[in-house]
Amino acid sequence: MSTATAVEVRSLYRSLARQARQFANYNFREYAKRRTRDAFREHGAETDERRVQELVQKGLQELQVLKRQTVVSQFFQLDRLVVEGGKTGKQKGNRNDIVRVKDQGWD
Amino acid sequence: MSNIAPTAARQALRQCSRRLSTSSSPFATQAQRACLAPRGRRNYVSESSPKNATVNVETTIRQDQKAFMKETGLQPRDAEMPTTGMSGDAMMSPTAGILKQASVMDEGTRPIYLDMQATTPTDPRVLDAMLPYFTGLYGNPHSRTHAYGWETDQAVERARKHIADLIGADPKEIIFTSGATESNNMSIKGVARFFKRSGKKNHIITCQTEHKCVLDSCRHMQDEGFEVTYLPVGQDGLISMDALEKAIRPETCLVSIMTVNNELGVIQPVEEIGRLCRSKKVFFHTDGAQAVGKIPVDVNKMNVDLMSISAHKIYGPNGIGACYVRRRPRVRIDPIISGGGQERGLRSGTLAPALVIGFGEAARIAQEEMQYDTKRIANLSARLSSGLLAMEHTSLNGSPAHHYPGCVNVSFAYVEGESLLMALKDIALSSGSACTSASLEPSYVLRALGNSDESAHSSIRFGIGRFTTDEEIDYVLKAVQERVSFLRELSPLWELVQEGVDLGSIEWSQH
Repeated sequence: MSTATAVEVRSLYRSLARQARQFANYNFREYAKRRTRDAFREHGAETDERRVQELVQKGLQELQVLKRQTVVSQFFQLDRLVVEGGKTGKQKGNRNDIVRVKDQGWD
Repeated sequence: MSNIAPTAARQALRQCSRRLSTSSSPFATQAQRACLAPRGRRNYVSESSPKNATVNVETTIRQDQKAFMKETGLQPRDAEMPTTGMSGDAMMSPTAGILKQASVMDEGTRPIYLDMQATTPTDPRVLDAMLPYFTGLYGNPHSRTHAYGWETDQAVERARKHIADLIGADPKEIIFTSGATESNNMSIKGVARFFKRSGKKNHIITCQTEHKCVLDSCRHMQDEGFEVTYLPVGQDGLISMDALEKAIRPETCLVSIMTVNNELGVIQPVEEIGRLCRSKKVFFHTDGAQAVGKIPVDVNKMNVDLMSISAHKIYGPNGIGACYVRRRPRVRIDPIISGGGQERGLRSGTLAPALVIGFGEAARIAQEEMQYDTKRIANLSARLSSGLLAMEHTSLNGSPAHHYPGCVNVSFAYVEGESLLMALKDIALSSGSACTSASLEPSYVLRALGNSDESAHSSIRFGIGRFTTDEEIDYVLKAVQERVSFLRELSPLWELVQEGVDLGSIEWSQH
């Protein structure tokens, strides 16, 4: 792999990973991060110049999809999943970032 | 000034003390005061030192200053209001006061989704392919007179090709329907009615663990004069090939056996069934809703003549499915829906281009990612089932050897399945197919395996999919272990079992 391509590939990886973190939905976010990592790891030993270019093109397309879909995902945000964790306890300081809701029970 | 004040105070005191002992009439007061005054001294309030009643301006100011200095730098949020137990911050606004007592929502309350056999989340890549057809490209794919129609038609045909590639078929053999239920109905009723019209074939073979829509279609054909054989299944959920061979008669027109069971995840020997049906010249329909896109499926290798496919089980949109109808040798079916002659006349009605294209994209992704997904799902499934089966008195339903790993059906003995589902509110699970989840009846699929009612009642299905994470599996394992042991602690049956009593030997009193 020539140096120019290596830089290109590394930059693509970083953009994909950065974009993947933007998913509001936990499952999609984790999948996008995991899939990006695994795909690059899988093809890490690729030496054929043409094949590398093909994969980079595919990655760029996926990046476009990610950019659009993360925006969509951020428009329609839901609660977090129980596994996600998050801030807990009493609000301290001047920030107002702990969301509270009165539990009304079912229906 | 300092000597005026004591005198005034003394006078005031004397007035008050006299008033206390008087009656209400002002007139009487005057008279009594007159006679009581000289006696004096018998008061409730005694005279105090004049110094205490005077106000020293300097000391008061100094004390106020001291108190004021103590208060500076004290933020409202740090101050606690007496008797309320709330901070000053919360007391300043009524809403804040209410919110103070509300539960924290930031931790996330949405349950984990582990019901992938019911439906799967739409893949963002699928949505990305669909969105243009919801917004700008709205042509009717059957319009042949303008560009709007052409572009949608082209995309629909591309989607058809992706689906055909996934199952190794020809694109012309794919008929789009509204879902697997419609495909099943179309196949069973269509083939049966066509044969009834032309010949003497009036026998259908199916299996007891089939999906409700197949069983109900068969029941419907029974009303129309068909004979239906419901093949039993073994303990492992598989049908026996001998029984099938014996059941096939000269007048049999259709065999319908599903590829992957929706409740157990058992993979039927479709290839052998296909070979047998082909040799006996019987049409073979298989419900592949749970199989296509998850395990490798090839209609030619399996000798399948009709196959039902659903989009929302492979991370596609709801409301679209397909039916594979073989062309060589040709399968003739009587269409249920008549109309404009779309889809080779087998299923008239305008296609929903966006859904079809989403379906196609989902099929393409499923084919591309099958290896990666299978490996991952198998990993997660092994982790989940080993964790669940490590608990005592639990058993896996269905054959472990012929099993799709994404569906783990486990029986927890001495725990009521529905109460466990209620206890596991933070996990979206089901005890059986979504169609029957409203009723508390034990699953007929588990009953068909020969499980007892109790065992069928205590079974829960865990569905693992493309988007399930390791953390979710760990959370589920921990939650299930905790709640099952909790529910068992409540159960008197569990107590008996712990004492070594055989529950079968107990004679329950009749009520």
